[in-house]
Amino acid sequence: MNAPLLKVDDLHITLQGDGATFNAVENVSFEIGRGEAFGLVGESGCGKSITALAVMGLLRRPLGLGEGRIVLDGEEIQNASAARLRELRGSRIGMIFQEPMTALNPLSPVGRQIAEMFVLHQNASWNEAMDRAEEALRQVRVPSPERRIKDFPHQLSGGMRQRVMIAIALACRPDLLIADEPTTALDVTVQAEIIDLMAELCAAKGTAILMISHDLGLVANMCRRVAVMYAGRIVESQGAEAIFATPRHPYTKGLVDSLPRLGERSRRGRQRLREISGVVPSIAAYPSGCRFNPRCSSATDICRATPPDVTALGSGLVRCHHHE
Amino acid sequence: MSDKLPKKLPEKLPEKLPEKLLELDDLAVHFHVGSALSGGVKTLKAVDGVSLDIKPGECLGLVGESGCGKSTLALSIMGLQPPTRGHIRLNGHELSARDRMETARTVQMVFQDPYASLNPRQTVRRTLADPLRLHGVTNKTEVEHRVMDMMDKVGLRRDRADRYPHEFSGGQRQRIGIARALILQPKLVICDEPVSALDVSIRAQIINLLLELKDEMGLAYILISHDLGVVEHVSDRVAVMYLGRIVEQGGWQEIFEDPRHPYTRALIAAIPDPFHRADAKVARAKAHGEIASALNPPPGCHFNPRCPMKADRCVSEVPALEAVADGHRAACHFRNTVA
Repeated sequence: MNAPLLKVDDLHITLQGDGATFNAVENVSFEIGRGEAFGLVGESGCGKSITALAVMGLLRRPLGLGEGRIVLDGEEIQNASAARLRELRGSRIGMIFQEPMTALNPLSPVGRQIAEMFVLHQNASWNEAMDRAEEALRQVRVPSPERRIKDFPHQLSGGMRQRVMIAIALACRPDLLIADEPTTALDVTVQAEIIDLMAELCAAKGTAILMISHDLGLVANMCRRVAVMYAGRIVESQGAEAIFATPRHPYTKGLVDSLPRLGERSRRGRQRLREISGVVPSIAAYPSGCRFNPRCSSATDICRATPPDVTALGSGLVRCHHHE
Repeated sequence: MSDKLPKKLPEKLPEKLPEKLLELDDLAVHFHVGSALSGGVKTLKAVDGVSLDIKPGECLGLVGESGCGKSTLALSIMGLQPPTRGHIRLNGHELSARDRMETARTVQMVFQDPYASLNPRQTVRRTLADPLRLHGVTNKTEVEHRVMDMMDKVGLRRDRADRYPHEFSGGQRQRIGIARALILQPKLVICDEPVSALDVSIRAQIINLLLELKDEMGLAYILISHDLGVVEHVSDRVAVMYLGRIVEQGGWQEIFEDPRHPYTRALIAAIPDPFHRADAKVARAKAHGEIASALNPPPGCHFNPRCPMKADRCVSEVPALEAVADGHRAACHFRNTVA
């Protein structure tokens, strides 16, 4: 197999606050191959979004990059200059965020915001760029793009705005698309359309996807491999189907079991949902040892004392002392 | 007021429990928006002719996308939004004729955001005791007893009673919100997206709690949610709303296994379900585009611009909510051919 497109190796992200420095993200490693869709799943505060920010070189104080390497297509970018990162963002890495209204410039017509990509990254003239912007809007299936390019973001619906974001993100045919909760603000039927559109366009352009979400079902549907994060660490990664069929980490098991599945009630009657007890720990009070141990039903002394190492299991990995 | 202080809150129930706890009859809530200066006044039909009923102890799941009118409907039932037309009957009494206090003893609400819906300056004890006092329970021992009892019921530790909302996690705060709704022993609780603001690993705790309390206290629920997995798990009956109208209603099994309205099918097909990846691809009965503006809904069936089965008739004629089976009704001209 060729070298991966993106390799994140032992990434640490620090958070300064209250006179102390915390590790918001620790020992995070993953690889994404060319054209591959990879999902990063976790609850709020687990560090998935800041991992994505780190890849884009967008960490700002109080967050900072600690140890670790980020390699994009053979180039180490964790220490790259601001100018180099600006060059990479947009041309090699595209981004989509949760709330398109805050990511788009409210004072600029959407056509201009798409065209800017061609002008900045591909030295196109504004005239040419506007034509290409119209074509880009057509590709994301915005109806009557020739009129829509003149619209301002507030004139578009949520789903249309997210289509514009996709058009901007994919304008320069990036190698990697980072999508951070791209559909959380949208209704379910619109979500389905946007996800299909993203998957289809990325497949056509050979763009790899780093999809970030709290919705394990959504990610598993779209991605080939999935990693689950808990309290700043990746606790398990596996193929998308395997993670549902045979979750190895107690946290992943808990997540898979705790959500009502469609059709389950007709098949087996209403079962009490399996709960994960307790709450997500705050970053200032991460428990010692395995960070999941206070909520884990199979925790033993070693879980409370020593953080587990990563164990490779088949094509995936798991970070648990008691994995099966 | 203190002489009418009953141990149990007054229940002006008729001798026999009525068959229907709540009855909505052709309920409509219209808003007038805009002004003569900005292109004229328009009518926004947030709720447009909804008829529903709920039996005691029953859970009705109310499903639909944002802007379909489900929250306006909830406010009307709470007596907070006067209807433009139609009737709301609680225990057989017309709502408009009853006073707010009495409505509050029958219907209560649990809100989506447990951070925003609790008063940050009130301790749990006060949050729970205030409604009791307002409704005439002034005996200190009794108030204390009932507050503690309620904290036990929702799984909050008694020694936390003097803490403020910010000292609790999201899941715990939602427990406080549930306790506040139940402290007056209502008959009907409207749960508006009760778990969507919570962390994924906490949701199961709250869903289990809601189901336990339903059995224990004989509550009826209206569960408003866009999460169909949760709706299927909790509901006895389900109603699907689109642009102010009910487009399909029936038992949970009928809605999920034999949906007849294309919109219901689209909602179900849109759920990412990793367990049925293969079938999901086959059964994609997706809707196209987005919900139209309620200010300017499409003529005929409101769903027609997004519908994969659209015919001429769908534009010219509003489909009525008609029976497809006992207790299962759909508002689609092709309700019997959708298969």
